[in-house]
Parts: sequence; structure tokens; C-alpha cells
Amino acid sequence: MFPMFSAYIDMIRIRFLMMLAYRVNYYSGIIIYAINIGAYYFLWKAIFGSNETLGEFTVLQMTTYVAVSWMARAFYFNNLDREIANEIKDGSVAVQLTKPYPYLIFKMMQGLGEGLFRLLLFSVPGMVIVTLLFQIELPTQFDVWVIFMVMIFFSFLINSQINLLTGMFAFFVENNEGLMRFKRIAVDLFSGLIIPISFFPGWAQGILEWLPFQAITYLPASVFTGRVVGDAIYNAFIVQVIWFVVLSVPIYVIWKMARRRLVVQGG
Amino acid sequence: MYYASIFTDYFKTYLKTRMTYRADFLIEVVTDLLFQLTNLFFILVVFLHTSSLGGWSIYEMLFIYGYFMIPYGIFTCFLNLWSFNERYIVKGEMDRILTRPAHNLVQLVLENMDPASLFGSITGFIIMGYAWLQLDVGFVWYDPFVLVLMVIGSVLIYAGVYITITSLSFFSDSPTGITPMIWNIQNYGRYPVDIYNKVIKFTLTWLLPFAFVGVYPASFFLDKDISQGFALLTPVVGIVFFSIGFVVWNVGVNRYKGAGS
Repeated sequence: MFPMFSAYIDMIRIRFLMMLAYRVNYYSGIIIYAINIGAYYFLWKAIFGSNETLGEFTVLQMTTYVAVSWMARAFYFNNLDREIANEIKDGSVAVQLTKPYPYLIFKMMQGLGEGLFRLLLFSVPGMVIVTLLFQIELPTQFDVWVIFMVMIFFSFLINSQINLLTGMFAFFVENNEGLMRFKRIAVDLFSGLIIPISFFPGWAQGILEWLPFQAITYLPASVFTGRVVGDAIYNAFIVQVIWFVVLSVPIYVIWKMARRRLVVQGG
Repeated sequence: MYYASIFTDYFKTYLKTRMTYRADFLIEVVTDLLFQLTNLFFILVVFLHTSSLGGWSIYEMLFIYGYFMIPYGIFTCFLNLWSFNERYIVKGEMDRILTRPAHNLVQLVLENMDPASLFGSITGFIIMGYAWLQLDVGFVWYDPFVLVLMVIGSVLIYAGVYITITSLSFFSDSPTGITPMIWNIQNYGRYPVDIYNKVIKFTLTWLLPFAFVGVYPASFFLDKDISQGFALLTPVVGIVFFSIGFVVWNVGVNRYKGAGS
């Protein structure tokens, strides 16, 4: 494990530098996120109208939730599913398998390099801009920031695991485009990015509690907005850890199966 | 007639290419629609908790939402210019277009048309019709004609704005990232403009007139005083923005020098 460690660091570093080379694309990205946050900001303000609280949220918590959810998304979001599916389709995965490191961890590290790049050059300046433009409330306690950072790291892990699973599907079907698109919609909708889960009807909340998506946005953003405090913070964190462990199992099994049946077309 | 026969030929080619991979085609249509319907889901969930959004009821919101989908579907069907820069400028395919007799913009429209996105328009029409039945706003004989006029106006606004932006590729071939930015702004038009602040409202009315692809024209049928005056401006704004787009485009084409080699 430890000799590999420096290799992993390099994978992250190289991806980070690669992103840095094409940074122009990301300036417009900051504006796009600001546009989206702005749209939902005004929308939620109008929805609240004269109501003090809705769906267990105050207005201030809601606007903060919107801002922090989108900024967290900049960090955890990646296209690993598409990258893996493409490498399987064009056969370059065969070359990757000959390398002396585990392919899936290699992909995760690349995703992390990308995520760290966006966190530093995108989420942080973005959050400053958003704080200046809109009325939001940042946590004042230092430990809330720390636990939030750990939690969005787990958001990244869980989201990437879901991406690995979707991407690996390309081993079994020739075209997994549809699945990848469904996944994207499911993550945006069921993770609480578009609507916090406490707004869903009771039966839907019951189902979503048993799905991994809430661990991506809803749980960390709830901690950040101060809706979850005290011991409940650790419960939320434990839910994330459990999902990370649970999702590792199908990834391992499918990966073993996939390696056995890999057929590379052409040459 | 000349263009009609070209259209038929391109349409046949489209059908042949898409029908080769039927399952993919179906999945693409369904997921595109689902993606648009996430906003419908948003409206429905929000109205579980409140009865009015800035003075608009759920059926009024659904009406605007349904209307918004109609011109959007028509626009994406005919003006699919997302990858214009890469495909036509960087790879130099514009050379091929310019050597042919039909007008270059018409060829681009036909080469990239995507009639599948009209499913979105149909869905929008059904949602709007449903909301119309639930609302007590009445129905006048000229409403269908006004609707057609409004939709044409809205489509022309989309066309004008996006043709102008796409024309920028003629002046600078580096990617600017401006198209996705505009695409995100246009979603503001789906909701009543009065909920935004003055700057945004002004922008959506006069600079990037996306209020005219959703809330303004829709409010004509909803008898909303606040924006009904603007509603009738929709076709005018459409013509103005389309003309700007067309002029900028032609200036751009004249500057086009090819990608070399």
C-alpha cells in the first residue's frame, strides 16, 4: 500500500495540473454556477414569501443551502462514468489493466485531482462572490467547517463510486449512455441539490432515506446550514461512511466479473 | 420549392441515421424529456408547501412551464448549433458549406436538425393545455392564433440570441464558454420575472430577452395585468433580435477565411 502512495499523489497532481492548463473553461464555469445559484436564490425567496419556515427550513437556511450545495457539487462532480465507458469502448482499458496499479483507484485519484482543482479555483472564489451578492449565513464554529470538509470528501467518494458503477456497466452492454443520463438526473434530483429532501412528500422521504444519494448533498449541506447539530452530525457522517463501505462491495464484485469477460474490439 | 426538396432529403437522411440505432434513439428522447421534467417536479413539490409563488398559483406556474417547453423544443429542433465552433470552424467544415448553392445558414439548420426534440414541445403543449383547463381564464376564438404568433416570436428570440453568439466563432476561434452561460440564463424565463431584482428583470426583458420565451407571452392568456403589456411585444422583440442575429451572422461569414490546410 505505502509504496503506491507517492504514485497516487502523482496521479492527483498530474490531473490537477492538466486542469490548470485548460483553466479558461473554468472561469465561465464559476459564472454558470453563480447564475444557477442566483436563479434558485430568487425562486426560493419568492416561494417562502411571508412564510417564516417551510419544509423545516428558514429562508436564510434555504439560501445558504442552495449556495453551499452547488459549491459542493463543483467539488464532488466528475465524469468518471463517461471516461471509464469511453476507455472500455475504445479498448484502451486493456492497456490500463497492464499497469502496476489498480485501475479503479487510478480513476478515483484522477477524479480527486479534478475535484481539488475545482474546490480551490472554483468553489472558494465562487463562495466569496456568492456571499457578497446574496444573503446567506456561513457557519461561525470552526469545527462545523472541519466536519463539513470531511463530509464533502465522502460526498466525492460516494458520488465517484456511483460513477464507477455506472461506467463499468459498459463492460456488459455496448451502450450505457442511457444509464449514465438517468444516473445524472437521479443524482441531481434525489441528492437534494434541486429540492432539499425534507420538502419531499413523506413516502418519498422514506424511500430516499434508504438510497445513497442523500449522502451526496443533503447530509453535508444540512450540517453546513446548522439544521443538523450536536450528535446528529455524527449520525449523518456515519450514514456516509456506511454507504461508502456498502458501495465498495458491488464495485469489487462487478470489477472481478468484468475483468473476466472483457472483450476488446478491434486492435 | 427548392428548399422544400432539400428539406425532404435531409429529413430522410436523419431518419435513416437515427433509426439505425433505435434503442439509443429512444433512450436519448426519454432522458432528454426527463431532464426537462425535473423542473416540473420542482414546481409540484414546492406547491405541496405553499399555495402561491410571488402571487402565481400552481396552475399558472404550470401554464408558463408548459408554454416555455413549446418554443424551446422547436428551437432545439432547428438550431442545434452547440458544436458549431469545433465542427465547422476548427475542423473547417464551413468550407464545404460555403461552396454549395443553398444559403449557408439553411444548410447548417438542416444538417443539424433534431426533430426528436419536438417531443418536448408536445409534452409542453399537453401540460399547458391541462393547466388551461384547470384555470378559470376562458378561451377566446383568437387565442390559438395569438399562441402561434407568440411561439413564433419566442423561437425567433432564441434563434436571434444564439445565432449572434454562434457568430462570435467567426471572429475568434478559441472557445469562450459563453453559450452554456446564456443557456443557463434562459432558464430564468421559466419563472415570473417579478421575483427577480431590478437588474435581472431589466436584463431578461431588454438585453437577453428570455422573459419573452416564457413568462411574458404566457401571461397574455392568464390575464395577468403586470406583464400583459409586454406579452404583445413578443413578436416584435423576436423580429428585432432575429434581424440582429442574421446581420451579425452575415458579417461573420464574410470574415471567414477557412481553417487552412
